[in-house]
Amino acid sequence: MKQSNLYGGAASGWTLLAILASLLLPWYGLPDDFHWMQDYGTVFRGSGAANGWVQAADYARPWLWLPVLAPLVAGFAILCEQRRSQGLLLLVSAGTGLAGLLLAGYAIGVQGWAWGSLQQGPLALAVGQPGLGWGGTVVLLSMLMLVGVGLARLGYFQGNEFVSGAVLLCSALLILFIAMPVLKSLAGAFLDEGGQFSAAEAWNRLASSRVWNLGCFSGRPTCGVAWNTLGLALATATGTTVLGTLLALLTERSLVRAKPLVRVLSILPIVTPPFVVGLGLILLFGRAGLVNQLLEQWFGIEPSRWFYSAKGVWLAQMIAFTPVAYLMMRSVTQAVAPTLEEAAQTLRAKPMHAFMTVTLPLLGPGLANAFLVGFIESMGDFGNPIVVGGQFAVLSTEIFFAIVGAQLDPGRAASLALVLSAFALTVFALQRIALGKASYTSMSGKGDNGIPPPLPAPVRRLGMGLAMPWLAFTGVIYLFAFAGGFVKVWGRDFGLTLAHFQTGFGLDWQDGIVWAGAGWHSLWTTLRLAGSAAPLTALLGLLIAYLLARVKFRGQNVFEFGALLAFAVPGTVLGVAYVMAFNVPPFELTGTGLIIMLCFVFRNLPVSIRAGSAAFKQIDKSLDEASAMLGASTLTTLRRAILPLLRPALVASLVYSFVRAMTTVSSVIFLVSAENELATTFIIGRVGNGEYGVALAYCTVLTVMMLGATGLIQWLVGERKLGRRAQAGHQKINETTPPVAPQAIPALASQT
Amino acid sequence: MKPGIEFKNITKAYVKGGPLAVKGIGFTVPKGTLTTLLGPSGCGKTTTLRMIAGLESPSSGQIWIDGEDVTTLSAAERHVSLVFQSYALFPHMNIFDNVAYGLAVAGVGRASTKQRVEAALATVGLTGYDLRWPGELSGGQQQRVALARALVLEPAVLLFDEPLSNLDARLRRQMRDEIRALQQRLKLTVAYVTHDQSEALAVSDQIIVMRDGRIAQAGTPADLYERPNSEFVAGFMGEALLLPVQITAGGTVRLGPLEWRTALSVPPGAAQVAVRPEAWRVGDASEHPLAATVLKSTYLGGFYEYTLATEVGELFVVCPHVDRQRHPGEQISLAMHQRGVSILAA
Repeated sequence: MKQSNLYGGAASGWTLLAILASLLLPWYGLPDDFHWMQDYGTVFRGSGAANGWVQAADYARPWLWLPVLAPLVAGFAILCEQRRSQGLLLLVSAGTGLAGLLLAGYAIGVQGWAWGSLQQGPLALAVGQPGLGWGGTVVLLSMLMLVGVGLARLGYFQGNEFVSGAVLLCSALLILFIAMPVLKSLAGAFLDEGGQFSAAEAWNRLASSRVWNLGCFSGRPTCGVAWNTLGLALATATGTTVLGTLLALLTERSLVRAKPLVRVLSILPIVTPPFVVGLGLILLFGRAGLVNQLLEQWFGIEPSRWFYSAKGVWLAQMIAFTPVAYLMMRSVTQAVAPTLEEAAQTLRAKPMHAFMTVTLPLLGPGLANAFLVGFIESMGDFGNPIVVGGQFAVLSTEIFFAIVGAQLDPGRAASLALVLSAFALTVFALQRIALGKASYTSMSGKGDNGIPPPLPAPVRRLGMGLAMPWLAFTGVIYLFAFAGGFVKVWGRDFGLTLAHFQTGFGLDWQDGIVWAGAGWHSLWTTLRLAGSAAPLTALLGLLIAYLLARVKFRGQNVFEFGALLAFAVPGTVLGVAYVMAFNVPPFELTGTGLIIMLCFVFRNLPVSIRAGSAAFKQIDKSLDEASAMLGASTLTTLRRAILPLLRPALVASLVYSFVRAMTTVSSVIFLVSAENELATTFIIGRVGNGEYGVALAYCTVLTVMMLGATGLIQWLVGERKLGRRAQAGHQKINETTPPVAPQAIPALASQT
Repeated sequence: MKPGIEFKNITKAYVKGGPLAVKGIGFTVPKGTLTTLLGPSGCGKTTTLRMIAGLESPSSGQIWIDGEDVTTLSAAERHVSLVFQSYALFPHMNIFDNVAYGLAVAGVGRASTKQRVEAALATVGLTGYDLRWPGELSGGQQQRVALARALVLEPAVLLFDEPLSNLDARLRRQMRDEIRALQQRLKLTVAYVTHDQSEALAVSDQIIVMRDGRIAQAGTPADLYERPNSEFVAGFMGEALLLPVQITAGGTVRLGPLEWRTALSVPPGAAQVAVRPEAWRVGDASEHPLAATVLKSTYLGGFYEYTLATEVGELFVVCPHVDRQRHPGEQISLAMHQRGVSILAA
């Protein structure tokens, strides 16, 4: 039983794959005019699409010998008798190939050596190299996996090849697609225009008065962007926490009937593009909005752009993020054990006194968390400031204009991103601390037969007076936003029309369907990219959740920290990082659809990790162990015993990754090109042109589609696959906890 | 006898350089016998079992199964099955698929699988339950399914992790006897973890009492019950009272007015004996050498429990004579059986 494992399996599979890839696939990125069917023959001849061997031999790229020969050496390992010597040979050969590939990849660019001085010297190279293509990438992956097998054979990761491969793969992906790009782009803050390190330049940018001035206190219209961002975040976080808490208390304790209504409104911000609220507000308060129109009619006040300012952004963020605070506070409120409040009452505390001394302190950690999440949301928000901000600049919009605007100053963008990342990391660290403190709530519902007491009258009145009108206002804004798509010209001609939908999504018949609408191209692109990103996000997230929840290995703390860091990077920063990091070999992706897809994957990865972690907590570890004891490999265990039980979580993170990829804007706005235009960037473009009707019609189409998708998931997940059988028995699947999806929603919502 | 499982100087630390959960233990489980690992919670017995299973790897030392070094092999590569405390039946598979899981993973053909699963279910008395679901079965039935699932692979070694702790008292005794009968019928090599000494006494060929990551004593059930080598083992294997004694050069043990000769060679001087509560013989006043006064008397159906005041201290005594109850204040006398008394190294 041991022998079969030595010869078969992962080692020979990956070796074979690496050898085949170096022979049969074009090593470098393909020329634009390459057609797989017609031009495949050129892979074996001298051409841009040649395989690794040809590139190394005929094209004077000797550094490629290392990665193409390494798999052959690794092949000898299979002949080794002993587990240890086999592992050592695999590790050394694949490790050398991997290191060679990566070192040469970063050291040698299109023009030769990446450092200009070397290229001028005696070591100058005749040819450089473009970015990696299929062959190079597959060999890279195979080498990494072979290193994993080697490490496992040497006894690391408890000798488990799957775990060792998974840890290496996930770490490599996290480093390659989050840590490296972000660090590289942030380092840009310390480089001057010539690309040389310059502390003075960095100081100039970082300490610039445009960022830090306090002019708004001395009469000037606005402060520096950093203060703007912080002030806005503070105001938004405070407001959303207060409103969210009041709503949660009301619906959980007093006004239970309003629950479904609040629930619907709480789903909306997840399924709508982030700037829909801003658009709705413009229809109400903008220059041509209803309020200004009425003011003009009744009082003759000239319509102005007064709404495009800090207060507009604040209002938009309040509407967009209050539901997030509500969802978080709702679960916290539910987790407060009613017997504690009953105990306070039996000890003669008046309702208000019991509320202030027992309920509120118990909600404390939850309140802190909701506040910090609101803070992070507001700081990372890009859609609302760009739509209703006007002259009011925050860090995320400022970064955007530094990159795409007339300034085109990457150094400035990098230093702004540095400031934003520092803020985000600080708040993130605070949030960790707040969560890490013993949370008093959440005893399991077991054994607590108490009935939550109704809210004390003053709190209820406050809630009714503040939260209910707010709810109505939110409803109106969304209604306006959707109505806007059906009206000819908002503010001037309120006649009903479908013309905007016709412009966006018209169809013609001319020897078959012609996708005549302007929006089709971006819609299909978004669907295609989001659709291919979603399964990757879900699987990678579950894999990382598995490694975090179930496996113990050395360096796990570092791994966990890296995965957590992905939570803290603001979307705008990630977008800038991708633009700056992936425009040179070995990973040359700028302008492709692939980079947008990767951005979707790694932007939404934290959500998927959270959903997976929550699900793994509900499945007893003895099921894994039972499967292992019965002879199943780790992969088989995952596939046959665990994945079926994880299906709800898998479906949930699949659909949410999809929905969020469809509606995200902050990170991908830097990555789109004419060829790869996305739905959200298309809409922003229409808004920029003042075509609100088309923009809103598009938003409506997106929202309906996304509502359909979430409805589907609720339906799929709500119908629990284990059914009553699981409930009747003694399984360790925790029956008191609701299915995964509703739990996951606050987690999902808290990462916009 | 051929060794089934051999533990050679195993240590285990969960954190590198941290405290040791298992501190250098070694033992052998002979082939075809049942060995119980017994001890209070946190003594390292479950860690030991999981190391045999391959679910944990030892920090140092070697594990041999059937004459083969398996120390570095994973759980799936060892020829070992484990019955979990929680049963760990897959909730999304019916009984047949649960039992067939190991065979399916090993790629056994359909006909052969069906035959072997049915045989395994018949062995545990669950014929005809193939299409039921784990949630529809009682705790005892789930336990049997878990057992069948482990047995169907015909493992070299079968492990039990507190298998009876989730069952009620009556069912516990029945399953205990079934496990023992099955082990003897199929000549299985079994390692069994429990914290219940009566369970251990009932099923074992060998008992290993563990304490604080070390083996306190290993031996047959009778060895451990009647000849414990420490206060801890004596106390853990049942009620026992420690009393100071004097041993003379001639090998006579003296406890107050009581005297008896010991077969063991113990150095003369002060020592301690562990006395089981049933080692005393109760008689009327002056019938036996040691006079006693009844302080407390409890009727327990099959026997009485007395607390007695004597010149050697307060004694706890179990007396099987249910025809005659002694009441508090009554004067009685005591003698000692030879069984149930053991001399501990001082």
